[in-house]
Formats: sequence, structure tokens, C-alpha cells
Amino acid sequence: MYGYGGKVIRIDLTKKKIEKKELDPSLAKEWLGGRGFIAKILYDEIPQGTDPLSPENKLIIATGPLSGTFWPSAAKIVFGTKSPLTGGYGDSNLGGFLMAELKFAGYDMIVLEGASREPLYLYIDDDTLELRDANPYWGKGALVTEVELKREIGEAFQIAAIGPAGENRVRYANINHEYGRQSGRCGMGAVMGSKGLKAIAVHGTRGISLYDPDGLIQITKAALQHITHQPYFKRFRLYGTTDITDWCQGMGVLPTKNFMFGDYEKEEKLAPEPMRKRILVRDKACFACPLNCANYTFSKKYGTYIDGPEYETIGMLGSNLLLDDIEEVQYLNTLCDDYGMDTIAFGGTVAFTMECIEKGILKQSDLDGIDLRFGNFEAIQTILKKIAYQEGIGKILAEGSKAMAERLGQKSEHFAIQVKGLDFSAYECRGAPAMLLSFMTSDIGAQHTRSWAIVQDMDMGRDSIEGRAKLVKELQTLRPLMEMFGVCRFPWLEVKLDFGEYVKAFNAVTGLGYSKEKLFQISEKVWNLTRAFWVREMKDFGRKYDLPPGRVYEPMPSGPAKGLHLTEEKVNRMLDEYYEFRGWDQNGIPTEAKLRELGLEQVAEDLRKMNKI
Amino acid sequence: MKSLVLHHERCTGCSLCELICGLAHFKENNPKKSAIHIERKFPVPGAFEVHVCNQCGRCKEVCPTEAIIERDGVYLIDPGKCTFCGICIDECPLDVLFTHKDLSYPIKCDLCGECIQVCTPEAIHWSK
Repeated sequence: MYGYGGKVIRIDLTKKKIEKKELDPSLAKEWLGGRGFIAKILYDEIPQGTDPLSPENKLIIATGPLSGTFWPSAAKIVFGTKSPLTGGYGDSNLGGFLMAELKFAGYDMIVLEGASREPLYLYIDDDTLELRDANPYWGKGALVTEVELKREIGEAFQIAAIGPAGENRVRYANINHEYGRQSGRCGMGAVMGSKGLKAIAVHGTRGISLYDPDGLIQITKAALQHITHQPYFKRFRLYGTTDITDWCQGMGVLPTKNFMFGDYEKEEKLAPEPMRKRILVRDKACFACPLNCANYTFSKKYGTYIDGPEYETIGMLGSNLLLDDIEEVQYLNTLCDDYGMDTIAFGGTVAFTMECIEKGILKQSDLDGIDLRFGNFEAIQTILKKIAYQEGIGKILAEGSKAMAERLGQKSEHFAIQVKGLDFSAYECRGAPAMLLSFMTSDIGAQHTRSWAIVQDMDMGRDSIEGRAKLVKELQTLRPLMEMFGVCRFPWLEVKLDFGEYVKAFNAVTGLGYSKEKLFQISEKVWNLTRAFWVREMKDFGRKYDLPPGRVYEPMPSGPAKGLHLTEEKVNRMLDEYYEFRGWDQNGIPTEAKLRELGLEQVAEDLRKMNKI
Repeated sequence: MKSLVLHHERCTGCSLCELICGLAHFKENNPKKSAIHIERKFPVPGAFEVHVCNQCGRCKEVCPTEAIIERDGVYLIDPGKCTFCGICIDECPLDVLFTHKDLSYPIKCDLCGECIQVCTPEAIHWSK
């Protein structure tokens, strides 16, 4: 099939068995790739009730048909699993170069199951597939592992590795690649660690077959012309995601002190221009990307190099923990990456813990004597290490903010800033109802990339909820297609490359001749399948899983968003409308009619047998 | 005569030059079949270096089978005459004759300029 590598690697780590299989053409035609493949395989192959950290869970690593092709930012691969952090459907995409290398080796996807007692790494060099001894790397940081493994097997290899947090099954451990890019969310690293897999190393030399190479060259050159002539192009390629820091401050949506506030008095010290002046080494791009949003930095103070910090990390480790030194944020970013831990969930969990201390729910003595106050940089480093190694109080924080709130009670769930167990990305939403609805209804928990609606919120009236449900549903239909195609969203989002051009590129690569409507239908099918996965896995799944933390009902105390807040009535009305647009019942369960309309008859049967519909 | 000017400090390592080179010359979406190569120096010091032929002509001088011809200052390999002896690769002062396991001759820049068109950070451009 054009655009696809054509092969799938299946590995049973218990039996140390590696199988190479042909890619099923109907899987490609019906589910496209990336998170489409992941949703289908997780639903079909993981038995109901599987413990996410057991050998029965699977870790799926899937490219899309555009991954690795000559298309702007064709640079995404998606990791998926039953999440150990949320217990539900989880996926998390990764940029860099891994996706292209895997395609050049001839593979679309890797499906891992089982668990090895001995640490291993997966070695892929074109046709050669081996599980190799990872004892020399086990216990080492993810960044260090990437350096040392390349030294051993060659710089031409692309590496994805876990750090100690993944080995020790911290529930928000991640997978690192390219010195600072991650499959960051939902605990992918914990699942990889539970399987005894330290790293994946890939090298390939083959081309990707294209249906219409000349057509693709033409479409892509036109797209590059469009992109470089956009007014925002020059600025975005200088600052990348950090450019939004000032905007968030100005709008009062910058999470500050565990989302108590939406602006930070010392924000200017974390702002994009001073950051660039102080720590930038190099503008850096992922595969085939004209936007080079990555800021590769060096902290003189701490001697650390990293690709980052991105905006999300600046928000979650900077303003949200009341740290005002960009080098401290850069250093914590580097430590998190090396331990292999999501900076968003770590920042959210630590901020939650700090507020528990302020409120007297936790005492310093409960925290192994650590003085975990907001702004205490030393204490944050100490707790980070304890979490990564699951030592003492670190064991409790390693479970995430939702689990902590359930354990602590005393209404602490009110300020555990998460949905479905996944901490909010760095957007305070009391004056941003569409962004809040995006977090509430995202199919992995409160992650921003499913539908990044915060800019529209400002134009639509911040205290109104009108039009939000429709907007969020539409964004949630278009956006996930990027991770089925295997491309980054930024050319579309930041420099207005029309989605119609993506459809042309998809067809030039695959020859499938799909319309935009057909692609949207596939996307909706994937969204309903991931929803059905939650319904199947959670006994009491329903509307309550979509509700936000109570903090969104408190009026914003100060700053540009002062006085703004949601009410339970407004939140529920947004959900009513959203479910309506989705064709779900008023408890948020897909209806039989909707499932059948999308061709998910078997899913409808399954849910019927479980008395869910 | 035209030549390529390289600004290594502007390169972002995106590989678009390598991709278009493979597509333009082999009709293949394969940056591993490219006459231009980006060297990645990470994590330390965090830099890219672009490697591509400067048309010095040393390869023509050393080729024992006269497989390399010069046309308007551009040195081109005739795959029909090349025996893949490797002498030009060894003698190349910039190490910019590349190989790929599918090919029985080195890959060398023919100064087509395709890479310039897709280099959005303007790390490669024509000499004035």
C-alpha cells in the first residue's frame, strides 16, 4: 500500500518472541494509522479489566501514512496503551525523527505485549529485529541512555528510551527521544518499564512508496510557500510554543499557584524573549518541519542541555509552582526528561501537594521532612527524585493528583486539577469555557492537544458558553486526524495551512482518494471507539467522569480574568449540548444508533451485552 | 559560476533538503538517498553541519574509469562507467560522496538547487 511501510512488528516480551507481519490493508483503509490503529487494537485485543501494568496490557507504537514523507512536519508517531494513570484509553504522540526512521525500516507499527524479567532493548535495523540485553542501561536516565546507546550502536539510530521513573512504574512516566521530545502523557513510560523494555533503537534505509510523487512535491512546495509567507511564521520559528506565555499572562489563563490564579507577577522572567536571550543554543526542527518550534537550550547555571522548556513546562513548573527563574525551569525540565517523567503531571501533582500543605491537609512530617512550599526549588528537586525512585512519600505522589485526592479526602479533590486522572495542561480555564470543555471531554483526560480552543474562547465572550459544544466537537473531529496521518498540527494551527491541503497530501501519498467528509467520519468513529473503551473499562462511566475540578466554580480572585468562573449549571449545559452534537445519551454514553451509523456494530453489541446501552 | 553557500548556524536539521534531493534524483521518498547530508551534533554542543559537494573536481582527477565528467563547472557521475571502486569517496576532501546499499555508484550533488527551494531557514542559497 502506498504511504505505508507495509509491515507490523509484534513482540511478546515474556516469550522473547518477535513476529513480522504484513500490515492488514483493511486496517489501513478503515483506521488510517497512528491513534486510529491504536484505538482499534486496544479495543479489540486488551481483555476487559486488564491491569495497565500487567503483562496483558499492550503498548502500541504507530505511525501514519504521512509519517516520514515529504510533507511539512510529517513528524508524528503515537504511543498508545491502557493508561496506568487514568485506567482508560491513553495515547500520546511524539515528534522528532523516530517515526520516519521506523517507516524507512519498512514498518508502520510495533505492538508490544508480555513482560520480560531481564531488561531488554529492541534493536531494529531494516530487516534485523533483535531483543538485546539492556542491563548496562537499566537504572540510567533516559537522556544518558540515548547518548550511550548511540555510542554503542551508531549515531544513525533513532532512540526512544525510558528513565528510572518508567522502570519504577511512576504512573506518569514518559518515553524520551531526541534529547527532550516525549511521548509525554498517560504513563507510556510506566507501561514500557513494566514490560522490562528500556529502549527502542531504529535505523532504516528504505524509501516510502508514494502514489503520486510529483503531485506530492507540487503540493508540498506550495504549502512551504504558503507557510513562509504567513506573517506569524517568523515569530513562531523563533519562539515556538513559548510565544504563548505572554499571551496567557495577558489573558489571565497562565496557571499560577496550582491554578488559584491566572497570572503571575513574575511572568516577565519566564517570558519568551528573555528566555531566548538567556539560554537558547539552537533553533531545532523535527523531521520535515519548516517551523522548527524547538528551542534547544543550555543553562550555564546548571550545565544542562535540553530541547525545551516548552510553554506547557514553563506554565506547570514555572508559574504553577511559583518558580520565576527560567534556568530553574530548564533544569527541572532536564531532570524530568532524564528521570523520564511528564512535566505536566509532575507539575500538577506537586502543585496539588503544595496546596495540601498550605491548607494543613498534609504536614511537612508527612512529606519525609521536605519543606514543599510553593517556590521552593530545592524541595521540588528532592521530591522529583523521590517520585522517580518511589521512595517514601514519593510513592504517594507517583500515583498522581487524582489518586492522592482520593486517599487524602478532606475535599482536596476540589483543587486536584485534573479530569479522568490526567492533570490539566497549562491553561487556567475559568475564563475559557471551550478550553475547559475540551479538557472535560478529551478522550485521554485533560490534555490540550485534542482541541485547543482557548484562542476562540477570547473572541466568543469569556463568560458565555454559547457555541462551545459545537466548536469543541468540530475541533475534536479535525485535530485527531493529524495523529492518524502521522503529522504535527502546527502548520495548520499556527500558520494556517488549510486542512484541504492535508487531504490532497493524504491522497497523493496513499492514492485512497478520500474526501474530507470521509476522513471526518473515520475520525468520529475513532472518537466513539475510544469513548466505548472508557465505557467498557469503568463500571460507573458516565457524565461524572467529564466533570471538572471544583476550582473552576470559584471566581478568579484577581488579574485579567478577575471575577470569571463557571457554574455547575453552565458546565452541565455545555455537556448536554456536547452529548447532543455527539449523538450520545445524556449520561455521555454513545447510543446504539450512533455506533451503528459509524460502522461500530460489534461495539454496539458489546455494550448492549454489558447493559451499558 | 553558481555555487551553493552554506550557513550551518541557520540549519535546523529538518531534513527537507535531504528529502527533496532523494525525490528529485531517485523519485523516492528517501532522505538516505541524498547528496546533501546534515550532521547532528547533539546533545553537546547542540549544532548542525551541512555536508554537500563544492564542485572542486578532485573526484574527476582520481577516477580511474573516467566516469566523472565536468559540465559548466559541475561534476557528474556516469553510473554506467562507474565501477564503484571507492577511490573518489576516499579522496573527496569534504567527504561528500555518499553511498546507499541499493546503489552501485556514489551519490553526488549535481547542483540542481532543489534543496534551496525547500530550505525555509535559508541555510543554503546560491552564491551571488
